[in-house]
Amino acid sequence: MRPTNTRDPQYYHRVVDCQWACPAHTNVPEYIRLIADGRYTESYMLNRKSNVFPGILGRTCDRPCEPACRRVRVEDEPVAICRLKRVAADLRDDVRDLLPTAPAVKNGKRVALIGAGPASLTVANDLMPLGYEVVIYEALSKPGGLMRTNIPSFRLPVNVLEEEMDYILDMGVEVHYNHRVESLKAMLDQDEFDAVFIGTGAPKGKELNIPGRQEADANIHIGIEWLEAIHFGHIDSIGERVLVIGVGNTAMDCCRSSKRLGGTDIKVMARKDRPYFKASPWELEDAEDEQIEILVNHSPQKFVVEDGKLAGMVFDIVEWNENEKGRLVSTKLDEVFIPADDVVLAIGQDNAFPWIERDIGIEFGEWDMPVVDRATFMTTREGVFVGGDAAWGPENIIWAVEHGHQAAISIHNYCQGTPVSERPAYGMNLISTKMGIHEWRYSNDYDPVDRTEMRYVELEKRLSDMKIEAELGFDLKETAREVERCLNCDVQTDFTANLCIECDACVDVCPVLCLTITHNGEEDDLRQRLMAPAENLDQALYVSEDLPQTKRVMVKDEDLCVHCGLCAERCPTAAWDMVEFDLLTPYAGQESWTSPALAGSTTSP
Amino acid sequence: MSYITKPVARHPKMPRNALGLTPRDYEGTMSTLCAGCGHDSVTAALIQAIFELDVEPHRLVKLSGIGCSSKTPTYFVRDAHGFNSVHGRMPSIAAGANAANRDLLYVGISGDGDSLSIGLGQFCHAIRRNVNMLYVLENNGVYGLTKGQFSASADIGSTSKAGVANRQGPIDPVNLALSLGATFVARSFSGDKAQLVPILKAGFRHNGFAFVDVISPCVTFNDHKGSTKSYAHTREHMHEVIETDFVPLRAEIKTSYAEGTARAVTMHDGSVVKLRKVDDTYDPTDRGAVLDYLGEVATRGEISTGLLYLEESGEDMHGFENTVDTPLVELPHETLCPGSSALAELQKEWV
Ligand SMILES: Cc1cc2nc3c(=O)[nH]c(=O)nc-3n(C[C@H](O)[C@H](O)[C@H](O)COP(=O)(O)OP(=O)(O)OC[C@H]3O[C@@H](n4cnc5c(N)ncnc54)[C@H](O)[C@@H]3O)c2cc1C
Ligand SMILES: Cc1ncc(C[n+]2csc(CCOP(=O)(O)OP(=O)(O)O)c2C)c(N)n1
Ligand code: SF4
Ligand code: SF4
Ligand code: SF4
Ligand SMILES: [Mg+2]
Repeated sequence: MRPTNTRDPQYYHRVVDCQWACPAHTNVPEYIRLIADGRYTESYMLNRKSNVFPGILGRTCDRPCEPACRRVRVEDEPVAICRLKRVAADLRDDVRDLLPTAPAVKNGKRVALIGAGPASLTVANDLMPLGYEVVIYEALSKPGGLMRTNIPSFRLPVNVLEEEMDYILDMGVEVHYNHRVESLKAMLDQDEFDAVFIGTGAPKGKELNIPGRQEADANIHIGIEWLEAIHFGHIDSIGERVLVIGVGNTAMDCCRSSKRLGGTDIKVMARKDRPYFKASPWELEDAEDEQIEILVNHSPQKFVVEDGKLAGMVFDIVEWNENEKGRLVSTKLDEVFIPADDVVLAIGQDNAFPWIERDIGIEFGEWDMPVVDRATFMTTREGVFVGGDAAWGPENIIWAVEHGHQAAISIHNYCQGTPVSERPAYGMNLISTKMGIHEWRYSNDYDPVDRTEMRYVELEKRLSDMKIEAELGFDLKETAREVERCLNCDVQTDFTANLCIECDACVDVCPVLCLTITHNGEEDDLRQRLMAPAENLDQALYVSEDLPQTKRVMVKDEDLCVHCGLCAERCPTAAWDMVEFDLLTPYAGQESWTSPALAGSTTSP
Repeated sequence: MSYITKPVARHPKMPRNALGLTPRDYEGTMSTLCAGCGHDSVTAALIQAIFELDVEPHRLVKLSGIGCSSKTPTYFVRDAHGFNSVHGRMPSIAAGANAANRDLLYVGISGDGDSLSIGLGQFCHAIRRNVNMLYVLENNGVYGLTKGQFSASADIGSTSKAGVANRQGPIDPVNLALSLGATFVARSFSGDKAQLVPILKAGFRHNGFAFVDVISPCVTFNDHKGSTKSYAHTREHMHEVIETDFVPLRAEIKTSYAEGTARAVTMHDGSVVKLRKVDDTYDPTDRGAVLDYLGEVATRGEISTGLLYLEESGEDMHGFENTVDTPLVELPHETLCPGSSALAELQKEWV
């Protein structure tokens, strides 16, 4: 293998599993260390730089970082990354003086954002400080998109949501509420804007067209519309017996909301078995904690109407097996009638763009979705951009934020006459953490403690009021315990081959057999010849330059390194050092971080 | 010195031996030696060898004298027995322990100062007695623990860190062991585990005194240019005379050798040591020829390594002394201590 180029920022970035998995590349280990130091405000601001809504996300994020966490591979349970984010948000001081501001003198460019969800808000956040005049059109009376209308208050208190949106809107964003854009053509024809961003989400709840649907309509609710109606106070009760159809995260919010609106017997009806559930494990846990029953392998057959009113549903009881093509197919075993007063449909969302004319240069492709460039977020019409759930279907808040950042870069380029394909490069800082012979600027001692459990408001109280936040958050003791579980994956083992005397000390001391000194070879072969076979192909192998004495190479399998620093402590020549890696992520209006000579990759991984 | 303990996290694919233990179960406390000391690599090689031999930790006895090298028993097999003796006196302790319980596995760790200066006499007599043990001499050419004075193994002309050349001739422990009649004599290098681990395993299985001289650089006081015991010098001048392969009892012999180049020696427990001669005139069972050969290599300024001499038929200390087969601890009290009447009876022989 060729020597690894650790001067490409993406090499060390990939080692920081959580940061690599985070769509917005939040610097997780650094924010956790700041929390450990009691520097909550700095931790909050570091979060905000990449994910914009730390308070909101610290409660609701989909957490792609957690399954990726190194701790899962080393032990089992990830660091409670998301809950620690909430600690930073809850304990921060007033940050208003630290927030970006918009300059008084504008740059003369006007940008329209359609929809006031997290995607549009992020675009506004990035463009306002650069002097853009940002105008948002929102169909509803308040901002936030699904964060407001669909995520129930018992998961995300409204004041938390509003405070963080205000940080952006208060920069002077012009917002037109109750203004649904009905024709994109009309807007473009007016020629008022230099660029337009579409952040309208995936607003249509999926239907379940089976017999009885029309007749029972009064007691059948489309999940996302129903949650919105609850949010705006149009609905405040439900029947005692509720069936929620579907087992994704929307279903979890629907069943838990039902429980708070007076439902007593609530069943979530899943077509498949547990391993196929779409809901996040923690949301399932929370629902079951609230005494909600989940029935598996029940496929809806029909709604049953008696005396003109919904009486319940008939389900096929099915069994799933793989066919020859490896696809799951169901076989009906039986059927069952389950009585119900109300049914909530939570089986997915669709996009809908009836307000975008098909003859204005915006090409539509599969599923009647606009064709959007994956890197630039531009449609086939120059100057029109799409992001968030509107781009490629329902995702989550953190993806909407990252889309917003990338679209803002494109919009800025576009307005300044730079090709949108010219993306500013990522950069990095590497700073040694060495403090003394065997002392480091981070806590390198490994804490074998289990993940800290979340505590909740006592059940009866929690269910009595829609607005009571269910999770209590970590207290200081729990925080202190959990921060130590982080393995500081951003503190990198950085190697200088010409210093190595091949004493083997690092190889011998490594607790997880990461290091090997051996003869170089092809990757497949090398992976088998290490202290332990490197079988996780998602994780990189580091290969050094030839070592001075024997011309062998130092190889590191990044997979299980716990960043304990013992290799560097036992190295007599400081060939290994523990250096803190700080990914410099480019945002709109920023020059590339590195000179072209040092430049690594320019695209977001 | 590292302040943290080694993380308990382990590689899930770490191998397990017949006892279900991993190499990490054979570790000791964190080393307090200088970072990069050759002795730590020898410790790692010992852990590997002991792990591969499926040794039950409580069946192992670790003995040592004084020196950086002699500190190392603390760093492996924390559940074994151990005794850290006075400087240079480990061989006596080993002989005594072995006399009392012949069923345990003995490993002595010493240094060139410990064995070739203050403990030279002890070392020689342990060879003469053929105490059944593995004796590892971690040879760095200096007294590391006392800040790097030349030891008795320092070569003429080898310089100290300050640049002063040594002028007294060295004692070569391999030569000495051979001339005293040792039945298992090897030399290796801390930086070459592929060679060292099989030699250590064979040494553990040898019936009698198994001597292994390991060049183990002192990274702090003797790893500079001008030193003949540095990593760089050793790598450059190592001359592997014989390649050793250890095949445990009941395992299949996989490697095949060209005719005449290899020799298999069956150890007393039935395991097999395969010796592949790099130079086909070499005979690892002809003591006189081995001494001549090594002398020639040494005059060229090269360092012979490998399992240089092996004789598996000799009698050990228990054989010479015609001792009881059972470890003393397992003898019934009446047999071990038959009382004053038995003593009086015995004494009649001499009056
Ligand atoms: C029940 C439910 C729970 C969820 N829970 C979570 C969670 O816990 N964590 C998480 O990360 N994600 C969650 N999500 C997903 C997340 O809310 C969305 O992915 C995210 O809000 C998408 O952001 P967006 O900016 O693309 O669009 P949206 O948030 O959908 O915002 C779009 C906005 O555009 C407006 N709009 C639409 N059309 C027009 C028009 N023509 N003119 C003007 N305005 C218009 C809408 O009114 C809306 O305000 C959940 C989704 C649902 C349905
Ligand atoms: C009776 C006695 N004399 C002298 C000493 C001082 N002393 C301690 S270690 C040592 C030499 C150790 O050298 P070596 O065995 O080569 O070990 P190394 O530290 O080099 O591994 C000496 C002379 C002592 N501890 N006890
Ligand atoms: S920091 Fe070094 S010693 Fe620790 S696990 Fe990683 S490679 Fe091994
Ligand atoms: S400890 Fe340092 S000098 Fe020794 S092998 Fe490792 S990197 Fe090389
Ligand atoms: S002084 Fe020399 S022999 Fe002693 S621990 Fe340090 S490097 Fe090893
Ligand atoms: Mg010494």
